[in-house]
Amino acid sequence: MIPAPFDYKRATSAAEAISLVGQYGDDAKFLAGGHSLLPLMKLRLAQPAVLVDIARLQDLSYIRDAGDHIAIGALTRHMDVEKSPILAEHAPLLAFAASHVGDPQVRHRGTIGGSIAHADSASDLPATTLALGATYVAQGPNGTREIAATDFYTGFLESALAPDEMLTEIRVPKMNGATWGFQKFNRRAQDWAIVGVAAWKRGTESGVALVNMGSVPILATSVATAIAGGASIADASKLAAAEAEPQSDLNASAEYRVHLSQVLVRRALESSSH
Amino acid sequence: MGGSILGNRVLRKEDPKFLTTGGVYVDDMLDEPLLRGAVHVTYVRSSVAHGLINSIDVSDALSMPGVIAAFTGEDLGLEQIPSPYNPMATRTLLATGKVRYVGEPVAVIVSETREQGEDAAEAVIVDYDVLDALVDLEEAMASTNLIYDACGSNVVFDSMVLGLPDNTGDAYFADCEVVVKGRYINQRVAPCPLEVRGAAAAWGTDGRLVEWLSTQHAQGAVAPIAAANGIDPSQVHVKTPDVGGGFGAKIGAYPEELLLGVIAKRVGKPVRWRETRSESMVGLGHGRAQLQYVTIGGTRQGKVTHYQLWAIQDSGAWVDMGTILAPFMTRPMSSGVYAIPNIECRTTSVVTNTTPTVAYRGAGRPEATAAIERAMDMFAAELGMDAAEVRRMNLIPKFLEPHTTVVGQTYDVGDYETSLDKALEAADYKGWRAKQQAARASGAAVQIGIGISVYVEITGGVGNGESAKVEIQDNGHALVYTGTSPHGQGHATSWAMLTSEQTGIPVEDIELVWGDTDLVPIGTGTMGSRSLQQGGNAVFAVSGELVNKAKAVAARLLEASEADIVLDKDTAAFHVAGTPAVSKTWADLALAEKQAGGLAHSDVIGVAGATFPFGAHVAIVEVDTETGKVRHIAHTACDDAGKVLNPMLLEGQIHGGVAQGAAQALMEEVRYDLDGNPITSNLADYAFISAAELPSVTVVHMETPTPVNLIGAKGIGESGTIGATPALQSAVIDAVAHFGVRHIDMPTTAEKVWAAIQSTR
Repeated sequence: MIPAPFDYKRATSAAEAISLVGQYGDDAKFLAGGHSLLPLMKLRLAQPAVLVDIARLQDLSYIRDAGDHIAIGALTRHMDVEKSPILAEHAPLLAFAASHVGDPQVRHRGTIGGSIAHADSASDLPATTLALGATYVAQGPNGTREIAATDFYTGFLESALAPDEMLTEIRVPKMNGATWGFQKFNRRAQDWAIVGVAAWKRGTESGVALVNMGSVPILATSVATAIAGGASIADASKLAAAEAEPQSDLNASAEYRVHLSQVLVRRALESSSH
Repeated sequence: MGGSILGNRVLRKEDPKFLTTGGVYVDDMLDEPLLRGAVHVTYVRSSVAHGLINSIDVSDALSMPGVIAAFTGEDLGLEQIPSPYNPMATRTLLATGKVRYVGEPVAVIVSETREQGEDAAEAVIVDYDVLDALVDLEEAMASTNLIYDACGSNVVFDSMVLGLPDNTGDAYFADCEVVVKGRYINQRVAPCPLEVRGAAAAWGTDGRLVEWLSTQHAQGAVAPIAAANGIDPSQVHVKTPDVGGGFGAKIGAYPEELLLGVIAKRVGKPVRWRETRSESMVGLGHGRAQLQYVTIGGTRQGKVTHYQLWAIQDSGAWVDMGTILAPFMTRPMSSGVYAIPNIECRTTSVVTNTTPTVAYRGAGRPEATAAIERAMDMFAAELGMDAAEVRRMNLIPKFLEPHTTVVGQTYDVGDYETSLDKALEAADYKGWRAKQQAARASGAAVQIGIGISVYVEITGGVGNGESAKVEIQDNGHALVYTGTSPHGQGHATSWAMLTSEQTGIPVEDIELVWGDTDLVPIGTGTMGSRSLQQGGNAVFAVSGELVNKAKAVAARLLEASEADIVLDKDTAAFHVAGTPAVSKTWADLALAEKQAGGLAHSDVIGVAGATFPFGAHVAIVEVDTETGKVRHIAHTACDDAGKVLNPMLLEGQIHGGVAQGAAQALMEEVRYDLDGNPITSNLADYAFISAAELPSVTVVHMETPTPVNLIGAKGIGESGTIGATPALQSAVIDAVAHFGVRHIDMPTTAEKVWAAIQSTR
């Protein structure tokens, strides 16, 4: 519960942060809200040599209407995502999911960018933004690039970000009146999901993603395909785990996770058809 | 004269401190002169559950920044210490030769900062020959792979060594019309006090060892600390700062605490130690951990005639207090609230390669209650009878004279049926049964479960009295010294109320002194719900005696006969009866007695025995039958703790007790993998319950005073836990009983509930 020794650098701009991380290479980690990284460091499961603190880059904390999508600065706190009137209007699924992250203290410190860059399949926001068809913007030493959420998650706690790239913005398509549902199944209110589901539906169009059903957040494409093909929600949700690779762990067996994903996908889509 | 303060909802006088600047815990003792220049102790812990130690290499650690010293058990010349409960089991305070659980201390680092100590501990290389780990209780019981070779078995205690008979098996039930069997797991849980263990030690210039300890019983720590340090107990001074919870796990002193004086002497500096939460989850003793084989039998009409329990207690890797809870707490209470004419109860305690078990809120009584209550439910289910009615048929009728059960335990007073009636009525039992029927008829995914438990427990079973001293200060305020040791219970308020009742001194002018073995040499601490009925009782009696002493002084000052002196409690002043205008305050009397050594009284006040509080709980849950998820939606608790001193403190104990009871029933469980590695060693993995998972608790008042102490009080500290756990477990099972489910082991997690439903399909 005491981290291994590390150096601490505070960046005053995104460019400086990227340059600092470039300088230290793989041994460096960005520190935003610290609510994913610091617990791992305290358990000594992560032992970065250098932390580059980006938490004070206020210009990366924003939620803007950008026409067809909403642009969210990577350092926007969960609480600001949860309470945003812009998101309430255009991407209420994301705001609602953010209200289920951890507990109020966590939501006041943790950031959406930190959660996504950490790429934990058990976290709520990677799967939620995946379901919404989000695009992430990364800034590196040679400029910025866009990465589709579908291309972002490459393995357990691994993403398409290069070591010297920083996630700066999350672009979430407007939901344009889609109905939606978010189901988080956990033991205690503040826990990670045992299984979670983020889903939206607009006519026969839909997006469904699963939390904690594999080493990466899972886009349940079979469900969406079935709905597009006219299947009932009850039938389509039986395909919930088709793309998933759930593991057994302390909290649930793989078999139970599969069952939960089917029930929760059905409930998420049913609530979205109201 | 105003009314009595006793029985009033007096606000906790300690709360402004805890809610503002905070308590002063061991780790906050920064201004203590004796701890100036203190260095930090970090223990290196075993990473294997069972193994022989080939070598321990501290050389790399010694060269790390800030490291002052590193010691193994051999370096410190530690000797084998026998267990008080089975002397064939011995250990050294740092493991030598063998390790027996993950987390057992094997070496110690002394460093300038805590952080340096943690880094250096990682650099200690311990070479083990790994042995097969014994995690499963029944496997350990049968195994020839011995955790303590000298014991000749992993069974380290059995009720049969007390001369008690073995159980006689199925033959016992030959005359029963209905017989039901069960195998219940009363799972291992972690006490999880908010403040983890911490201690500090310094050798004074007078050669005495001073140790600050986060403990429930400072006086009990003196002898083991003296023994570990090779000094006379008179040379040990234990002090207790504020303590952030104990739940039984801080009753005894641990190796990490006992060694601090030895280490301080070696390095010639005072030392501090505080464990991390991860360490606490494996180093602080665990609770419960009992496997129960239960058979219950009786008539088709619902009368229970025979009950047989074999309680197999997991001692963990040391023969600690957990070992004796089954024979000395579970067994005596095996009859519960029921008049069962034939009972057999054997207990067997077994060592395993897991964290040692100790007392935990209820300590043996929750296990007894869970077994009989679960058995009653299964008996009722077998007969197709209402769980409340079967209980009612079998309750011991109201008694106000001592009643002895067939297992030989004598209860003081009891009125179980009234508590059941009150709880059922307050909970709207009939209304919930109707809602349950409607939900079942509708086939809705969410079903309703109703669970009942009726319990009786032992409180004040530890110690047969307590010390108290009341001393009047120059300003007329009182200092109350107690041998009990608050760590959340509110003694500062309660004891002040008791002294105020006798002396008229306002509660705010009464301060409490505890846990300092020089100031309070005699004390049995706070455990087993004993504090009010023994410690409070002593404070009440001694305060009364002090008033008599004060009357003699007042008589002298007022030149009157002692018999004519009265104490006006409204003004806290003494005067001659009929002439209140001329009076003497407590300050006046203290001043008058100053030359004679001050105005004070102290004594040890005995009690006539333990008390047996009882009650009934009704838990209501919703179960999502598609997922197995349980929601605890309502809870009614009728707990009879005898005469109530402060209803607010009583309610706080019930609320907290119900929370911990619900936690065991629904979610908490300490778990290990097959190699004995703990997999719930932080509060993310261990499902420590939160307020979000709990309903508001409806507390129903009931008061049957006990005759065994002056104030009529019984214990309330553990009742909530004892009553709530079986009610919750029962409610969960009841919610899915219509599928044919008869039993689900605790914790009744969603997956277990779902699997139980699946198994009926």
